[in-house]
Amino acid sequence: MSIEIQNISKSFGSFSALKNISIKIENGELISLLGPSGSGKTTLLRVIAGMESPDPNPDSHVLFFGEDVANKPVGDRKVGFVFQHYALFKHMSVFENIAFGLRVRPRSQRPSENAIRDKVHSLLSLIQLEGFGTRFPKQLSGGQRQRVALARALAIEPQVLLLDEPFGALDAKVRKGLRDWLRGLHNELNTTTILVTHDQEEALEVSDRVVVMNQAKIEQVGAPDDVFHHPASEFVIDFLGNVNVFHGRVNQGQAVLENIQVGASDISIPAGEKANVYVRPNDISIDRVPTGKSSIAAKVTRINRAGVHAKITLMLHNQEEIRVDITMEHLLELNLQLEDLVFVHPNKARVFVPDYTI
Amino acid sequence: MMKKRSTASLPGFRITMGYTLFYLSLIVLIPLAALFLKAATMDGAEFYATITSKRVLAAYRLTFGASFIAACINTVFGAVVAWSIVRYRFVGRQLLDAIIDLPFAMPTAVSGIALMAIYGPNGLIGKHLIPYGIKTAISPLGIVIALTFIGLPFVVRTLQPALEELDGEAEQAAASLGASRWQTFWRIIVPSLLPSLLTGFTLAFARALGEYGSVVFVAGNLPMKTEIASLLIISKLDDADVPGASAIAAVMLVATLLILLSVQGIQWWSQRRTGRA
Repeated sequence: MSIEIQNISKSFGSFSALKNISIKIENGELISLLGPSGSGKTTLLRVIAGMESPDPNPDSHVLFFGEDVANKPVGDRKVGFVFQHYALFKHMSVFENIAFGLRVRPRSQRPSENAIRDKVHSLLSLIQLEGFGTRFPKQLSGGQRQRVALARALAIEPQVLLLDEPFGALDAKVRKGLRDWLRGLHNELNTTTILVTHDQEEALEVSDRVVVMNQAKIEQVGAPDDVFHHPASEFVIDFLGNVNVFHGRVNQGQAVLENIQVGASDISIPAGEKANVYVRPNDISIDRVPTGKSSIAAKVTRINRAGVHAKITLMLHNQEEIRVDITMEHLLELNLQLEDLVFVHPNKARVFVPDYTI
Repeated sequence: MMKKRSTASLPGFRITMGYTLFYLSLIVLIPLAALFLKAATMDGAEFYATITSKRVLAAYRLTFGASFIAACINTVFGAVVAWSIVRYRFVGRQLLDAIIDLPFAMPTAVSGIALMAIYGPNGLIGKHLIPYGIKTAISPLGIVIALTFIGLPFVVRTLQPALEELDGEAEQAAASLGASRWQTFWRIIVPSLLPSLLTGFTLAFARALGEYGSVVFVAGNLPMKTEIASLLIISKLDDADVPGASAIAAVMLVATLLILLSVQGIQWWSQRRTGRA
């Protein structure tokens, strides 16, 4: 099911939740809407579902397979919606929760009691909760409840599955398990799926494409490795994982920090413009001695060995802190101690010149 | 499910439980026991004759019947009132919210006089209905009106918190699954409110059973027709027939207790069934 969003805006009073959003979602794709809270990602999902109507505008459309669904209420859009807090029907058993979408159909389209039972049982086995049909939501764990909510949404054989922070209320371990399970399920069913999340790791791990949103706008759309390695804006690089920021100036088309030159800018920008230089913690090397003219002196202030990589915090002489990740082997080799004076060297940097337009 | 509540950080089970039992005994159980003792001064046949006399039976029927009808009316319309107060924001909402409590706060005799002024034979509304053969006072209908009046706040106040806690997302989920508004209302909203509706109904019913003050003004108190059990008890006491009054009261007490217990039982069963106990 391909979905096209064209020029959608949505405001609540004076607050703008979506500003002129356009995006095309391919059939069978698992796409994430990623952004901080208040970025408009949930509003966009609810507009697609038909739970919010966009601001009136003759040029704005929501198309399902090329058909404008503006006048279709949520119940007619055949969307499976999964909420962060499950929204299960507490007074109904797991079986009845899943069967609900089938039972409320008009009599002429309603499956027989036997057909409903078969459908529910096949969904129960899909979510690995066979034998849980007679339980009530209160008797299930959070992860189990969310799987029931997913089965309930799938029961109506939706054209598109909309997931609103489905794992947000679960603890880290369960979240990770369910995320992998969801990806497997998607590969099996191939239902077009839109996942809203504020967790960049989750988005980068499960999606075919990621839509990074900020302040009611789309910052970047791309495959996970694309947005991670080629971030289109400062916001994207900052939001997708830890990053060090240095503030420098442009000189001869290059960013200059302190007295060293890093990462060439693509465009020729007048000298003297402010330049922000972003370097990921694993793109910085630490040496005991200066290496060429691009090393910066720094003092080790913290060493954290808990993890796959050692996380080193250092202080530059201008009191700015930086974070560097190095392998455990390298840490042993260097024999780093607190207060040691070392030299850091950015290997790969992204330079953004704020407010600069050609 | 936990078998036992976890130990509270504050000690005091013994002292609070001890106080509870002492207090309940002093205020509730001992006076009620005295009632049975008084009734027991009659012998069995005498007791039976008192509580099955035609006049007493008619009073029981009227009391329980009118209370039941009033509680049913309150459950439906109290739910509508609670719904509009919780779900909508309108001018005068807080005033309306405060007015709900008036039947709680007013002396019941005042309610009786007020009701009579409206529904009595010369009342604002009552006098226009008499030509159609509808008697809104000095009739069982008048009693139902009075009992509805005094029972309303019980249903509204019980339902309000339940409505506020209603899961709006569950309604949206139902809509996304293709349920119509009507289906969402009957299959999702009403069942979620059922425990509170039942509690509200029970409270309104129990309150109506015990009502005396307002009813005596509007009922007309005609034996066999509009005489409620409480009034019969008073008239027995006026005749210095204390055992007779106690006998009627004891039957009321037992019946009421059975009704309250069975409603409690239904609540307990439904909560256990859905894992909410």
